Amino acid sequence: MTGMKRLARLVKELEDQLVRCMRCGMCQAVCPLFSETRLEADVARGKLALLGGLIGEIFQNPEGVYERLNRCLLCGSCAANCPSGVDVLDIFMKARTILTDYMGLSGWKKVILRGILAHPKTFDRAMEWASMFQMVFTKPASDRLGTSCARFVSPLLAGRHLKPLASVPFHRAVPSVNTDPGPSGIKVGFFVGCLIDKMFPSIGEAVLDVLKYHGVGVLLPEGEGCCGIPAISLGDMSTFKRLVIHNLERFEANTFDYLVTACATCTSTIKKVWPTMAHEFSDDVRQRIKKISEKAMDINQFLVSKVGFEKGESGETDNPTLVTYHDPCHLKKSLGVAGAPRAIIRANPRYRFKEMAESDWCCGSGGSFNIEYYEISASIGRRKRDNILASGCSVLATGCPACMIQICDMLSQAGASIEVKHPVEIYAEGLSKGPSLRPSAS
Amino acid sequence: MIPRTLLKEFQRILGRENVFHEKTDLLTYSYDAAVLEPVLPGLVLRPTTCEALSSAIRLCNENNLSMTVRGAGTNLSGGTVPAEDGVVLLTNALNRIIEINEEDMYGVVEPGVVTARFAGAVEAKGLFYPPDPGSQAVSTLGGNVAENAGGLRGLKYGVTLDYVMGLQFFDVNGELVKTGSRTVKCATGYNLTGLMVGSEGTLGVIGEIILKLIPLPQHRRSMMAIFDEVSRASEAVSGIIAQRIIPATLEFMDNFTIRTVEDYSHVGLPIDAAALLLIEMDGYPAQVEEDAEKVESLCQQMGATDIRVAKDAKERDNIWEARRMALSALAKLKPTVVLEDATVPRSKIPEMVQALQKISREFDLTIGTFGHAGDGNLHPTILTDRRNREEWKRVEAAIKAIFDKALALGGTLSGEHGIGLAKSRFLEKETGRNTVLYSRRIKKALDPKNILNPGKVIGG
Repeated sequence: MTGMKRLARLVKELEDQLVRCMRCGMCQAVCPLFSETRLEADVARGKLALLGGLIGEIFQNPEGVYERLNRCLLCGSCAANCPSGVDVLDIFMKARTILTDYMGLSGWKKVILRGILAHPKTFDRAMEWASMFQMVFTKPASDRLGTSCARFVSPLLAGRHLKPLASVPFHRAVPSVNTDPGPSGIKVGFFVGCLIDKMFPSIGEAVLDVLKYHGVGVLLPEGEGCCGIPAISLGDMSTFKRLVIHNLERFEANTFDYLVTACATCTSTIKKVWPTMAHEFSDDVRQRIKKISEKAMDINQFLVSKVGFEKGESGETDNPTLVTYHDPCHLKKSLGVAGAPRAIIRANPRYRFKEMAESDWCCGSGGSFNIEYYEISASIGRRKRDNILASGCSVLATGCPACMIQICDMLSQAGASIEVKHPVEIYAEGLSKGPSLRPSAS
Repeated sequence: MIPRTLLKEFQRILGRENVFHEKTDLLTYSYDAAVLEPVLPGLVLRPTTCEALSSAIRLCNENNLSMTVRGAGTNLSGGTVPAEDGVVLLTNALNRIIEINEEDMYGVVEPGVVTARFAGAVEAKGLFYPPDPGSQAVSTLGGNVAENAGGLRGLKYGVTLDYVMGLQFFDVNGELVKTGSRTVKCATGYNLTGLMVGSEGTLGVIGEIILKLIPLPQHRRSMMAIFDEVSRASEAVSGIIAQRIIPATLEFMDNFTIRTVEDYSHVGLPIDAAALLLIEMDGYPAQVEEDAEKVESLCQQMGATDIRVAKDAKERDNIWEARRMALSALAKLKPTVVLEDATVPRSKIPEMVQALQKISREFDLTIGTFGHAGDGNLHPTILTDRRNREEWKRVEAAIKAIFDKALALGGTLSGEHGIGLAKSRFLEKETGRNTVLYSRRIKKALDPKNILNPGKVIGG
């Protein structure tokens, strides 16, 4: 059997999902990438047609399809708006693993994924080293945003304004926690996630503060690994599987009621992607994936629906801080969570909430998309930036650290004086310092 | 295969980034929303200016390359499926709204402007561009003009044709032709606008469109009338019109569609109802309220079991949400969706609805019917799986039966989707041999090499 024939057979497994696309083209209306490029190969309908082309064996080699398939933010806007309910993300991720398996991982991806990310301890150490040396290559760009930019012209950093790695990552500050449920009677597993651990430890601290305040017991095991999204997005099934098992070993689902995360991407990965890929695992692991994915929950949603968050008295401050909110795709489009983060922000009386235009338009980050297609990513990001600026707010809140990095970059490059925070940080500020909070009102 | 030297010439005219010749890119322009086999083009071009468009057309003509113009590729009759090895001309980089003139109430646009974007821009100025095809969130105005697209408001406001005041288009040699004007009246020269609208890219390539705008209605009132017999609902449609009331929208949903929408979205539709009418009046407040009352009592007389009048914007949204959901809810049931648009004089709606039920039974197919009852344009939607060959044969037979019935009732093959490839072999049935020959003579005179979207509308 020739290579392309073999590949056709592999992709054919997706055929039942692929034929659901009726080529109506409505995905063009919501695709952030298409809105920049207006190329059919950039929108879901075009990519689904290309996969159909592989099944039909019309190509000499798979490279063109592979490249176009990878040119996608995986934001899920198309899937959330698809009239025929095509599981676009599901198809794209499976197709990426099939094609990556067939073609092999390229050099830098292999080194990063298999050499570093697959081994959480190595990853931690590498990032700690990097954090010590980062100031050699970068210099501060914005105080308010805490970003840095390249000290000298660097093709690697381009014009980026980066959030630096934290000098003390969260896992150093808080190696592990195991507390019993307090008055709430609830115990949660806390899945921290790489970006909160290594770049935004303050979000992790805010989560712990809030959980403690509400009398929620916490299991935070030592040595958590990455949720696996960078690996599976790049089609690396073996690293993804390794990471899922690594995390399952640390989080025994029977020992807590919910698995909370403060990262939209981690939540949607555990809740959606792990079960989608469960067929790749043994029966026993599949069962464990099912259990833990059912328990996975975004922290905002957990606070709103499970513990009854506390609302401060409004109007206490004469001069409230104006805050707006960006809907991470992985929260709103993947999980349907949009009201909870807003409710959490509104709970702090020292802030006044204001919606921005297009709050659920993707910020353009897309994880590795930002690395491979920075110009397009930044162009999508600037649309987000302009909407943030037009809102007139001085704080932007969002529930995903990946979005935070992208938005910080965009705002910092524009010299904007706007702080970027997680809704839980805003909520926690209200609890620890806010004099106006009532003892218990939910 | 396009020769290398020619490819270079296209790249010189349009810029390298606007010339696509890799097979992977070509495949993504081989289809549209019609249920037809894809056809691989030989080249895809994306002019960014009208001058570049003109040069590209000239070069195609000189080299005998057929041209298929493509906006968003949402065509439901195959009008944007290219000819084999032909050229696809993308309009989506020609997307400037050139002018919105409030004083004289018209807009001037390039063909690639998305319909909803234009409608939004116009509405922001208190004006109204009524044609609202189902794909308006992505469809382009150039495509709307080329297909004479309709929408939900056809009954009161007409279709795209009724809003095209003038055009600039390129003939097959790439020469600019002007028709119509920015004036309300225009009796100058042949009505080439009328010829171009709905010509599906077979007679020329649109470069600029002048669109009529009207004042935005001040007031709206929506209602949902529920019937336990289909015939009563369809008679109510004729009854409303007979009373000389013209609602802006008068939509129909059959029981199968109602149940499917409700299963999918839980918007609170009565699942045991045989049919629903969704009605909206718009215009001056007093008139709207008076008409709404008349329509309500008329529906009651016609035996409506319940009438829900929207009290506020939220209830209005709920009513139209149900209608908006119709196609997507149906589409989720089966992989292949065949959306037909055969249209009958509206007084024949009761008969057409009955015929559709009979066809569904006779060919043992799932057909959900919804659509623009007020203008006689129903959308019988056949749910199937194209891979099931035996069933597909029955689908084709059912489509033919639907056409036959519509024509027998004095109707037409297509209300708003166009003839394209999908229906060209039926054209003669409706229009007669002479009309087809006359049309072919026009085509031959204007496009002697038959390179402007060949095979569409008149076949050949």
